[in-house]
Amino acid sequence: MLTRRIIACLDVHGGRVVKGVQFVDLVDAGDPAALAARHAREGADEIVLLDITATHEGRQTLLDTVRRTARELFVPFTVGGGIKSAEEAAQVFEAGADKISVNSAALKDPSLISEIGKSFGAQAVVVAIDARRDPEAKDPVRDAQVFVQGGRKPAGRRVVEWAREAEERGAGEILLTSMDSDGTRAGFDCELTAAVSGAVNIPVIASGGAGTVAHFADVFGRGKADAALAASIFHFGVSSARLLKEELVAAGVPVRLPC
Amino acid sequence: MRVTVIDYKAGNLTSVLKALRHLGAEPVVTDSDLSLIERAERIVLPGVGHFAATERLDRTGMTGAIREAVKRGVPFLGICVGMQWLLEGSEEAPKQPGLGHFIGRCKRFPSGREKVPHVGWSSIETNIVGPTLFRGLKRIEYVYFTHSFYVPYATMIREADGDLQVVDAAQAEYIVPFAAAVEWGNVFGVQFHPEKSGDAGLAVLRNFLTWEGPQC
Repeated sequence: MLTRRIIACLDVHGGRVVKGVQFVDLVDAGDPAALAARHAREGADEIVLLDITATHEGRQTLLDTVRRTARELFVPFTVGGGIKSAEEAAQVFEAGADKISVNSAALKDPSLISEIGKSFGAQAVVVAIDARRDPEAKDPVRDAQVFVQGGRKPAGRRVVEWAREAEERGAGEILLTSMDSDGTRAGFDCELTAAVSGAVNIPVIASGGAGTVAHFADVFGRGKADAALAASIFHFGVSSARLLKEELVAAGVPVRLPC
Repeated sequence: MRVTVIDYKAGNLTSVLKALRHLGAEPVVTDSDLSLIERAERIVLPGVGHFAATERLDRTGMTGAIREAVKRGVPFLGICVGMQWLLEGSEEAPKQPGLGHFIGRCKRFPSGREKVPHVGWSSIETNIVGPTLFRGLKRIEYVYFTHSFYVPYATMIREADGDLQVVDAAQAEYIVPFAAAVEWGNVFGVQFHPEKSGDAGLAVLRNFLTWEGPQC
């Protein structure tokens, strides 16, 4: 039986894991390699590493970080943040990523999705979408606005139609972040997640708003998410994936346990 | 131990190589050098991607070299598409033949009920006779899959005397029951990614690397 995945996300800046609310007030949360290993040991099904600075100068630092993190990691490992071309993606794969995630660059040039997929397989291409509900739209959820540049600029696309195009172009998974929920710890945006998950045939990873076990149960149920991603609740030892999963099993959600 | 890893340009080998090294093996990669297959102590055929990519194995002569090595008793492990290739073919690329070591063809999961591809950690149940690949593991384990095509449940081999034998070593279910792993003699296959399946996956790889032939 297929289980629902719990994914630990590490936001990385200059080779260190950082945590802040909506990219401000960054606090150092530790070494990426050590944290990734700890999360995997504590039951995370997958690790996502996002380079939140993604500057040109930072590329080499990122590749070193990916290499170090991948070395002793034997669960799926996704790397994203600022990947602009198939060549940059290839470097990240060579450094040890199993999947890469693309966001702004795919919106700018959607053929990037198929280009990376051609060399590395569709399963290796995650399209990350940052979306915010649009109260002006006829359907504020399905027509939620897609944003680029870390949520600063509207991309002029609507969430469901963009997710469908990404799938058609060969995305293997969608990583959907609700900008309304991100950083609030008040729960995932289940309506948004369900709208996207129901519109595509590839897995949808829900992100933004994780705060309690009930939030995860909710996004796997009502939200129809295939996987859920959380960053802050796993840092500073607040909650381990294993504890989370034990409670999810009690709530009737199929997860990988023991892990 | 030297392990020859076959590169047929269908995806990334980094994770497989890393896992093999972690377990103390010395992987050598070939995308055409037949001598590395002829001298191989063990062979691993990884694979993420399209079944059509296995055409490269035919074009380079690697298919013939692998067939000979398998006949000599060299332990062989196919991962994902590498396992599917052990059958006669796949719906994914109907004109591309597989090795034909096992009987049958790979099929696509029926669409409609659930999402296809099947992506994520699924439970597998190992065969009651105690397959080599799952030595030391529990009957039920969780491993990581990512695939749209599958090797049918109860896949068989035709032995030299004409007898048919089921080769499933573990089974899983997603929409339909399917073979999660096969093994017969020195030939092994896993549909999941042992290099990405945590401790259970590493144990499967270790079991393959340490297999010393049939025990009497």
